[in-house]
Amino acid sequence: MTREASTRREVYLDHAASTTMHPEALGAMQAVLASTHANPSGSHRKSREARRAVDEARDLVAELVGCMPGEVVFTSGGTESANAAVLGAVRRRGGVSVCPATEHHAVLHCVEHTGGVVLAVRDDGTVDPLTVDAALAANERVAVVSVMAVNNEVGSLNDLAGVSRAVRRRAPGAVLHTDAVQAVTWIDPSSLWPHVDVLSISAHKFGGPKGVGVMVVRDGTDLEPLVLGGGQERDRRSGTLNVAGIVATAAALAVTHRERAATLGRVAALRRRLVDGICSAVPVASQTVVNAVPGIAHLCLEGLESESLLFLLDEMGVCASAASACASGAMEPSHVLAAMGVPAARAGGALRLSLGHDTTDADIDAAVEAVTTVASRLLAGVSR
Amino acid sequence: MKVLVAMSGGVDSSVAAFLLHEEGHDTVGVTMRLWGGESDTGCCSVSDVDDARRVAQQIGIDHVVFNFSEDFSASVVEPYVGAHVRGETPNPCIECNRHLKFDRLVRRARELGFDAVATGHHARILGTPDGPRVARGADAAKDQSYVVHMIARDDLSYVRFPVGSMDKAAVRAIATRAGLRTASKPDSQDVCFIGSTVGRDGFLAKRMDLHPADVVDTSGGTVGGVDAVELVTVGQRRGLGLGGGDKRYVVDVDVPARRVTVGPEELLRTAVTRVSSLAWPHPGDAARVNGCEVLVQASAHGARHRALVRVNGDSATVEWNVPQRRVSPGQTVVFYDDDDMHVLGAGIVTPA
Repeated sequence: MTREASTRREVYLDHAASTTMHPEALGAMQAVLASTHANPSGSHRKSREARRAVDEARDLVAELVGCMPGEVVFTSGGTESANAAVLGAVRRRGGVSVCPATEHHAVLHCVEHTGGVVLAVRDDGTVDPLTVDAALAANERVAVVSVMAVNNEVGSLNDLAGVSRAVRRRAPGAVLHTDAVQAVTWIDPSSLWPHVDVLSISAHKFGGPKGVGVMVVRDGTDLEPLVLGGGQERDRRSGTLNVAGIVATAAALAVTHRERAATLGRVAALRRRLVDGICSAVPVASQTVVNAVPGIAHLCLEGLESESLLFLLDEMGVCASAASACASGAMEPSHVLAAMGVPAARAGGALRLSLGHDTTDADIDAAVEAVTTVASRLLAGVSR
Repeated sequence: MKVLVAMSGGVDSSVAAFLLHEEGHDTVGVTMRLWGGESDTGCCSVSDVDDARRVAQQIGIDHVVFNFSEDFSASVVEPYVGAHVRGETPNPCIECNRHLKFDRLVRRARELGFDAVATGHHARILGTPDGPRVARGADAAKDQSYVVHMIARDDLSYVRFPVGSMDKAAVRAIATRAGLRTASKPDSQDVCFIGSTVGRDGFLAKRMDLHPADVVDTSGGTVGGVDAVELVTVGQRRGLGLGGGDKRYVVDVDVPARRVTVGPEELLRTAVTRVSSLAWPHPGDAARVNGCEVLVQASAHGARHRALVRVNGDSATVEWNVPQRRVSPGQTVVFYDDDDMHVLGAGIVTPA
């Protein structure tokens, strides 16, 4: 590859942070923004128009998740949904919250904030249902158990069916929430929903806009609302509905559903090629978790530093990530890798390349080339 | 030239970045995240990162954040607390420059292919017959050569101080003319990782045991008391529970014995100050300075006084021509040449 091609080309491999919008979702959103300005909670004709758009979107989401329309609550995103589930359950019911140590901070910080129980995980970042079982046996009053469907850093998949059985057996009164934010592109949410009481997703992870989330709340599951006000969403989440965002979210979910099988196979092959390409060319690179969703390739480049890798990759046009970034934009050491027991020398060289519905063969070629170039350059510096 | 400019979110580094970009260098701004603690007033708070990023956007250069908080904690904060445990008065800004800006950051910049690292310090690097040396900034009132004295010889040709050759008013004028949002931002004063609401004593009290001590005069009689012997500094004269009377100063702090000795000002004066952990920018400097009279500066903006330096391995004695006030153990003294311009070396004051 020429220098020009390797430096000028933009390769976006940070889809797990936020993916590109589906054109259909973008078009739907633009149409609503341009035409539907009224508040859907009003009583006049323009409000009815907006209301109808939201109602249709809700029906579509419900159909795709396999729930009832009344169980769909629109929120501002995955973080709000997770907060509303964990904090809402603890505040309404009393008792402790429980989650594995590898949860996203949107869940983990709520559990820590309410003095909950954080569970140890296996070396792939998933929680053993037996660990959940033991924790529930040891705690008398459990308000909520929260277990993510797919880990956002390493891509590993939890056994939600197994976790669900443990919760139903040991703590039948507890709410089981799953953060399914990273799952939707790869896993049909209707296959997750039967196992849980509350399911959280975020539109911008599957081709919708930022700032819209869905919290699916099983009928009869009582949560203290986080946001009080006009009583929208059946008193479960107040605030004027984001009509355009909600319509676009439903459209993105529909596209995702329609294309899932094809995307899955295609991206799985790309991921394999990406990981094999890098690991065969870079001796210090290894895959962190083998059994992961096709969208997330997490590698550890032992002895290198994530910040240096990301800086040089960015310079070559490759947008990637390592762990979660703090408010200042600095990279934080990964709590996920720490919980998995990954040694510091490997965790320090973490690199997450995440693929999306529009990732191409050429992206993978360029990424393999760039990571190989950057790693060999940094390795030369390290040994100097 | 590809330059990495450290941007703290203050006006000096903002202008440094602006000037480098104006000169046509391929400039990238970096803010080091150094401290994850509770301070939100210092050089590494989110609002300062915001300022640095906004200035970079305005100038039209890329801005990144490097998280060096683990290194900062290990090389600056922990030794800072440890020095106080021994009753010493360390200078954390010097240690930050030594370990973070002019080591960790310089190494990172070299690794990433930069040709130079720039900061907003008011200091210069000037050529001398024996190679480049750290020299005083053009603005005498703002000179920071004291805190950047330790830059190693190999790095002296790699480091740039774009505002070191101008005075502070000129720096602010450039910032104002360029419309940089940091143009009228006040200079930082305090230790960046200590919040103004908590203060030094509150910060240390959370991280170490503090012990009360008697305050005695030179004849050994108890004349007062302090709550925390570790926080008393040589030369201090308030907060000793002395009541009225003649002015008395702390002339000695003995942490293990839990004893603070006070005396009249003349007892504060000493003919000799002992230093160790010597820093020599050039390998031949120890021999060059040994047995010579140099100008010695013992605090960030302190006066310089003439003294004879005798070097013995990694320690030295500073024999003042005229007796000087004692310098607290842990403080740094920097040696300058006869012109009071170039840094020749430095050492850290050892307990008497």
